[in-house]
Amino acid sequence: MKMTRSISQAFQTWLETGAAWLLALLWISPLVYAIWAAFHPGEYAVNFDLFAPLTLDNFREALSQAPFPRYALNTFMLVTMILAAQLILCTLAAYAFARFEFRGHKIAFALVLVQLMITPEILIVENYVTLAKFGLVDTILGIGLPYMASAFGIFLLRQAFKSTPKELEEAARLEGCGTMGVLWKVYVPLARPTYLAYGLVSISHHWNNFLWPLIVTNSVKTRPLTVGLGIFGAPESGVNWSIISAATLLSVAPLLVAFLLFQRQFVQSFMYAGIK
Amino acid sequence: MQTQASRHAQGWLLLMPAAILLIAFTHYPTVATVIDSLFSKATAIRPSRFIGVLNYERMLDDPIFWKVLANNAWFALGTIPTSIALAIIMALFVNRALPGRALVRVAYFTPTILPMIAVANIWLFFYTPDIGLIDQIASGFGLPGHNWLGDPATVLPAIMVMTIWKEAGFFMIFYLAAMQNIPPELGEASQLEGASRWYYFRRVMFPLLMPTTLFVLINAVLNSFKLVDHLFVLTKGGPNNASNLLLYYIFETAFSYFETHFAAALTVVLLVLLGTMALAQFFLLDKRVHYR
Repeated sequence: MKMTRSISQAFQTWLETGAAWLLALLWISPLVYAIWAAFHPGEYAVNFDLFAPLTLDNFREALSQAPFPRYALNTFMLVTMILAAQLILCTLAAYAFARFEFRGHKIAFALVLVQLMITPEILIVENYVTLAKFGLVDTILGIGLPYMASAFGIFLLRQAFKSTPKELEEAARLEGCGTMGVLWKVYVPLARPTYLAYGLVSISHHWNNFLWPLIVTNSVKTRPLTVGLGIFGAPESGVNWSIISAATLLSVAPLLVAFLLFQRQFVQSFMYAGIK
Repeated sequence: MQTQASRHAQGWLLLMPAAILLIAFTHYPTVATVIDSLFSKATAIRPSRFIGVLNYERMLDDPIFWKVLANNAWFALGTIPTSIALAIIMALFVNRALPGRALVRVAYFTPTILPMIAVANIWLFFYTPDIGLIDQIASGFGLPGHNWLGDPATVLPAIMVMTIWKEAGFFMIFYLAAMQNIPPELGEASQLEGASRWYYFRRVMFPLLMPTTLFVLINAVLNSFKLVDHLFVLTKGGPNNASNLLLYYIFETAFSYFETHFAAALTVVLLVLLGTMALAQFFLLDKRVHYR
């Protein structure tokens, strides 16, 4: 009896391992297929041959048809600018909400949280009008501006600051730290895990963002990778599949490589940011 | 000690930079959208004027509006339960000793890190009639080719499959986090009692995962309204609006037909839908705090 049970259990474990791996293979296969197509001549995209010759021509062709390095630079500038501004603005606002019981802070916080639901890309029409008024259409600053004050960032950092023991602040005050000194020397260093988690989520989100950048940009010098790829891949442009695969890989490679290298941090950051 | 008044002033000063941007790009445009929806389109001969709810009446008479709303509902219904079920299965798979667990987890999660535009590019080829991967495989079984994205009957399901592929791994990590918080004694106790693993999952684990399911559910619904990037590459909402979604329709109305006031009325509907979700999240998710 006991014997059969352990055998059937072993069989079940084996079956589950197989199923887990099968699902994993299925899940990764679209990406693997895109990689395969990108590194082989166009005629092999539609018929499999394990010994098909490897080539970099698709990448060369993609690069000659669209300025992907420039798009990558734009994305890099955009993501860096948004993150830097978010870190500063959200830190200050979160500090205000966590440690200053100023008049009206409850209503103000509720108004901040509205942005969790109504993200800037919902209000594309009015936000475009606003950008046009300030002459910021087709600028990288224009793409980034609506995202710089992030309700999500304020919320996460407020939680982190609130959980910092007040005694630490008092000790720092006794040593002569002012309001900003306390923030910089006590609160910010202790919230490092939150900054890491928020930073990774913000970078992945804005690296991949498409709709709003599409609306704001109309030239090579501002277009991020996603928009460049969106235009490149448009069916009417009539480029072949292998070249589209190469272009797609060029666009996702920096973030994908970063993810594969630091996958533990990425997964934990998304987890951490989602649970809070 | 500092005076109370200076604490108030400091608080507001710290908040000010973020507040200005939030008002400029969230609160002001929300109000402006509602106001704009009550005005007519300006033409060369007639300036924009107040027309009350005429834009809304036109919207209710607009078959495309009802079409995109229904599509949004089908899209949510078709993607979310399946994604959640798969996410739970994935989390169960990688939440135990498994050879190569890290690799399996990466495989599940990787689609999440890709931009929707890139995902659409990859899947576009799968769905291409005759030469696409799906038709290639189908022809191996002697099945005829099919224009998956060109047929109103299959276009939405085709996009749903792609969306499930992209989102399941994302939801998985929330279940994984929740499962790691379940005390292992519960599993050991039910094993001692001779309960089957399925019984344990159904009666112990699944109820404990309920707050996570609620959280994922609401965020998934929000996402289903906000994410329309793939339509730009795959279908442009076609054929004949069979795959069009509300936000994409707003984009078309405003930036292709330049009907900004009608687009404002459509945006108000989207805002009301998102607001309802927000309230649901607020009242339903608030309860989970008490369980802790």
